[in-house]
Amino acid sequence: MNTIILKTASKYLLPLLLLFSIFVLLRGHYLPGGGFVGGLIAAIAFVLHAFANGLPHTQRLMRIHPGFLMPFGLAISTISGMFPMLLNQPFMTGVWKKDPVPVIGSLGSALFFDIGVYLVVIGASLTILFTISETR
Amino acid sequence: MIAHVVIWPILLPLVSAIVLMFFWNQSKIQRYITVLGHGITLLASFWLAMRTYSGDILTLNAGSWSAPYGIVFVADALSGSLVLLASLAAFCVGLFSVVSIGQGRASFGYFPILQFLLMGLNGSFLAGDIFNLYVWFEVIIISSFVLITLGSEKAQLEGAIKYVTMNLLASVIFLTGIAMLYGLLGSLNLADLSLKISQSEDNGLINTAAVLLLVGFGIKSAIFPMYFWLPASYHTPPAAVSAIFGGLLTKVGVYAMIRVFSLLFIDDPFIRGILIVLAVSSMVVGAMGALVQQNIRKIFSFLIISHIGFMIAGLGMFSTIAVIGMVFYLFHDIIVKTNAFMISGLIYKLRGSFRLENLGGMYNRYPYLSIMFALALFSLVGTPPLSGFWPKLFLLKASFNDLNWWIIGGIIAASFLTLIAIIKIWLAAFWKKHPNYAEAKKRIVWYDLPKIQKFTILLPIAILTFVSLYLGLNASRVVEICQLVADQITQPSVYIDAVLSNPVNQP
Repeated sequence: MNTIILKTASKYLLPLLLLFSIFVLLRGHYLPGGGFVGGLIAAIAFVLHAFANGLPHTQRLMRIHPGFLMPFGLAISTISGMFPMLLNQPFMTGVWKKDPVPVIGSLGSALFFDIGVYLVVIGASLTILFTISETR
Repeated sequence: MIAHVVIWPILLPLVSAIVLMFFWNQSKIQRYITVLGHGITLLASFWLAMRTYSGDILTLNAGSWSAPYGIVFVADALSGSLVLLASLAAFCVGLFSVVSIGQGRASFGYFPILQFLLMGLNGSFLAGDIFNLYVWFEVIIISSFVLITLGSEKAQLEGAIKYVTMNLLASVIFLTGIAMLYGLLGSLNLADLSLKISQSEDNGLINTAAVLLLVGFGIKSAIFPMYFWLPASYHTPPAAVSAIFGGLLTKVGVYAMIRVFSLLFIDDPFIRGILIVLAVSSMVVGAMGALVQQNIRKIFSFLIISHIGFMIAGLGMFSTIAVIGMVFYLFHDIIVKTNAFMISGLIYKLRGSFRLENLGGMYNRYPYLSIMFALALFSLVGTPPLSGFWPKLFLLKASFNDLNWWIIGGIIAASFLTLIAIIKIWLAAFWKKHPNYAEAKKRIVWYDLPKIQKFTILLPIAILTFVSLYLGLNASRVVEICQLVADQITQPSVYIDAVLSNPVNQP
């Protein structure tokens, strides 16, 4: 698409949407949100950028292939699920740090699970969307 | 004491898959990791199975949420044995695919997906919650969609469409059944559902849910009227893929049926009657279908249908002897069917075709190999000392106890027809002279393979043949295990107590 409005807007929307996606990710434990929605919002940010500026531009901006995020995300989620097993708790038990951390709030294994989901969702949806919008 | 071992057969394939994904483009390293990952999973499964054979039912409340509310993983002797056999079959298929799967398929993620498939299989055997079971079914079918379409040959895609459509339909029906149960009883935990169903009075709707589950699992396990997708798709992917499909995917449906009809819907003469009719029809129709086929893998596909019938017959009779026979048949069938499909792949590698009219001369050229194949193929029939004989004996004994002439006739007819089908393969592929060897030789890559690769292809077939011999020759030990399984699943209270009386020490 070659409209100047979208092009200009996407330049500002990309960081804004990414920031918003992280906000949604962090707020997700008790309130609506979480890794899945956050990941989708982040993916939308890149897709919008790709619409406005063309796919090669966005791919250059991302530096890595989005598919590469999937094993990372899966690894983070799996490790966060397995971490309680080190403390002799069942798989996936929520382990929380006692004192809350500024900005983030209470820090626990559930947060890392969500971060993993976030990365997997970005990776998977961008891989799919980039593959089908690639022109050859 | 928390039984972490219950979760390892699910987690280890996941971890291997993640490691494999980090090496996405390095298919050589992937092949090593595949064997290593499957090997470790096999060890963990072996450990789990040995723990369950002491008679305990191990449970693990995921996330420390106690049983009727949280997700619980349960390993009784049946789950333990099936996890062990699934991991063993997957290990062998992994070894087999290390050589037989080409660069093209490997670069699109064949090896990680194989691990995800194993994770789904082990997960569904260990799930103690019916919705969790559904989720593991989804993991299985998504992975199997990828495996069956990988390579995008025309025949493959045609088979895949039938496979995907029928399996999605089955999932929808299964999910509807779950929704009805949840709406009626407000629980998803299998043990809790079992208690609630036994106290409930609203039998009409519960029977409807039971029939929905029966149809859903019936499509997945390819029993009589719902089987046609299986022979239309299983012969299309590479031999390694059809081996794991043929050996394990239908058996998950059978396992789910055993679980549901031994724990939830017990002593319902209506459902038992349906099961027996379906079982006898599957046995006979499947075996008759096998007779007219010319493609080895299609013959095996039809034999799967026929042999699923044997297990369902055991479930339909549901006496202790019938359950022993059914469980033994399940164990034997996983090993032998996986082996049969791998053998068909090896025959292709040696002789350049899957079609009987283009095959021949195996025995003349490879006498020792042929004897090994004969052991595998004839244990499929149930020739006495081999593994297929004992479960059929138990099933026959059970049907004589019930004086159910339909099952007796079905078992005997299906066994004879299977024998004829196997003899047909034997005559055409092994004893007949090769009709056109000079032409077929162009397609044969076997002679160019280095020795280590030939060994890697032969090893899994040898392992499975050995296991099948072990099942047949050391049947007394296997029957002991089957007896334990039968005791556990004919008394649902044992399972229920183990799951619900496991308080979680909340911090």
